Amino acid sequence: MRQVYFDNAATTRVRPEVAKLMTKVMTEDYGNPSSRHIYGVNAEKYIKTAAEQIAATLKVKPQEIVFNSGGTEGNNNVLIGTALQRKGLGKHIISTNIEHAAVYNPLIFLESMGYDVTFIGVDSKGHIDMDALSAAIRPDTILVSTMWVNNEMGAIEDIHAIAKLVKEKNPRTYFHTDAIQAYGKLTLRPKEAGIDMLTVSGHKLHGPKGTGFMYINEKVHISPIIMGGGQQKDRRSGTENVPGIAGLGLAAELYKREHNSISERMLAVKDRLIDRLSKTDGVTINSEKGTLSAPHIVSASFEGTRAEVLLHALEEKGVYVSSGSACSSNHPAISGTLKAIGVKKELLDSTLRFSFGIYNEPDEADYAADCIEELLPVLRRFRRY
Amino acid sequence: MQYQSFLIKYAEIGTKGKNRYIFEDALMHQIREHLKKVEGDFAVQKEQGRIYVNAKSDYDYDEVVEALGKVFGVTGICPMLQIDKCEYDELREKVLEFVQKEHPEQKFTFKVRAKRADKHYPVNSDVINADVGYDILNSYPESSVDVHHPDFIVYIEIRQRINVFTKVIPGAGGMPIGTNGKAMLLLSGGIDSPVAGYMIAKRGVMIEAVYFHAPPYTSERAKQKVIDLAKQVASYSGAIRLHIVNFTDIQLYIYEQCPHDELTIIMRRYMMRIAERLANANDCIGLITGESIGQVASQTMFSLRTTDEVCELPVYRPVIGFDKQEIVDVAEKIGTFETSILPYEDCCTIFVAKHPVTKPNLNVIQRSERHLAEKIDELIETAVNTEEVVICE
Repeated sequence: MRQVYFDNAATTRVRPEVAKLMTKVMTEDYGNPSSRHIYGVNAEKYIKTAAEQIAATLKVKPQEIVFNSGGTEGNNNVLIGTALQRKGLGKHIISTNIEHAAVYNPLIFLESMGYDVTFIGVDSKGHIDMDALSAAIRPDTILVSTMWVNNEMGAIEDIHAIAKLVKEKNPRTYFHTDAIQAYGKLTLRPKEAGIDMLTVSGHKLHGPKGTGFMYINEKVHISPIIMGGGQQKDRRSGTENVPGIAGLGLAAELYKREHNSISERMLAVKDRLIDRLSKTDGVTINSEKGTLSAPHIVSASFEGTRAEVLLHALEEKGVYVSSGSACSSNHPAISGTLKAIGVKKELLDSTLRFSFGIYNEPDEADYAADCIEELLPVLRRFRRY
Repeated sequence: MQYQSFLIKYAEIGTKGKNRYIFEDALMHQIREHLKKVEGDFAVQKEQGRIYVNAKSDYDYDEVVEALGKVFGVTGICPMLQIDKCEYDELREKVLEFVQKEHPEQKFTFKVRAKRADKHYPVNSDVINADVGYDILNSYPESSVDVHHPDFIVYIEIRQRINVFTKVIPGAGGMPIGTNGKAMLLLSGGIDSPVAGYMIAKRGVMIEAVYFHAPPYTSERAKQKVIDLAKQVASYSGAIRLHIVNFTDIQLYIYEQCPHDELTIIMRRYMMRIAERLANANDCIGLITGESIGQVASQTMFSLRTTDEVCELPVYRPVIGFDKQEIVDVAEKIGTFETSILPYEDCCTIFVAKHPVTKPNLNVIQRSERHLAEKIDELIETAVNTEEVVICE
């Protein structure tokens, strides 16, 4: 049976080149980068190379890259590390009501520790309410954290405008963006944009799971949340995950090298799927076409079906998608983002996310659409109460 | 301390007259099976109405006690010192040494209960009780004898060899698996059916199970959950053959042909029919369900009568009089609760009507089922023929 993997916003297949490099590091160059001997020196080279590769994709300095275990750790580190470092300056933090749980839950934790958190709303396209943001920034605001690309429906936030607004209202406020769904998909220039911190996960770009990095501007100081042997200039202790870091660096570089063709291909898949689904009865597309939203995510609601059932029916046909956001699929709570952008209540539980990677082709969108067109009438015949 | 032997106590099976050896052999077989899962070599021996487990190698004490604690038919597990017959003075020394090792605490109450099965032994029970008690009191000046509510009892059994123990760890009770035939359990992903399976297995019954899978309405995870539950029950009952039957087409056909408030009851009647068919094909002589009167619409007395009507085999419902909390208590004890509450939908709930019938009329239900005449036999045939069997152990 044909296999169409349309769940790349959840995770991606590791590129063979990346896996090959990682195997070499694990079996041959397996030294501890802190060791003084040649094995240590060789291992350290991989980290240096990866930092350079990543820095080049963002046009930042290699020493501004801190490696860690992924997006969740990065977001925790930025939020909690900033709160700890700057509590003398203020205890106010601003974020939005469409953030991923890896931002939302640390913020709820900080609230319980006595910090004051303001959550800004979004419009029907998922774009942040700039007036509300402007009004919320105070002299004691130590951090604003907003995602770049929404993981559930692919909305792109105007991060340049947000960063500019933050700095205008309060130059001392740090600005962080969760770029986990944006990195590799959009051109990101944190320095130009005035971004102080940016977090990325490796497994969303055909790199290994358990890897990620933070960009932290050299003028910005936050507390570490993992303390130990003082690796990475005390910013993140623990023996570096050398094979993971090497793999992440290579995955990032390959993305950069093929950026144009990758984006084009993803857009082609996306637009094909949107075209097909918008011609199907009772389907609402929650993502914008073309470059108005992320090239790799399509959210769609299917009237009269349950997402869970349609998902498994598609699975039987070899098409793999997510209901809501896969990271939170373990708890079938209704999506926060979809509610926030005003998806109708009866459609919240009928919404699927299709997400693309470098291995997808436009005709896979046709296959998925064919399957959906075939399944919908059958599933709709058997409604539940 | 490392015990080299365990005395296994069993109750009910001791009373079964001439069949006694059958039960004892079944129990020994089950003990051996459970110990296979544990690291170490053990000899399981029967001797004059006693079962002993002797360790032939190093083992992990907690692991062995846990394994023995899951053997139905065992009422008590006594880690003990077993010694060859010896001079009386030497026996006294060894008993005292054993008590000192087992009870490093300085202050306790105790009593000694010696039993001289071998009347050739030169010292009688009363004398042993008095002497050993004296030895212990001498060694633990802060302790005292309490014949009514002692902290522990020092048992000394003079038989072919001499058994000394002070601990009796409660066993799982019930009767050894394999002494009471085989039954087919209708296993859903819920809390009740694994408990029902456990309770019937406890009476010595071998278990097979059937699960009705309804893709795409139920997921692979729901199926995996049922396999996990079967494995947890199997840790007591021994391996369970789980029959996974694809029920989707039957369910949708009922949905199309029958009144929707009767869906659940008709669906359950077909589940019972299929379960009975599988039972007959696999030498099971009864069905087991986790139903409890009145818990849901399909479990009222009226509904149970209606589902019962379709099968000839007796249907055992061991939790029929239990409240939910009582079932949960057992589920927690046997370790199935955490798995049961994982939020994956099972096929019983996907098309539940808002107001399902609670007092189904048998004639009405039978009439509704006539609408299924055209295709239902064929659908059942396909469902049974395409079953997947998973051995859960």
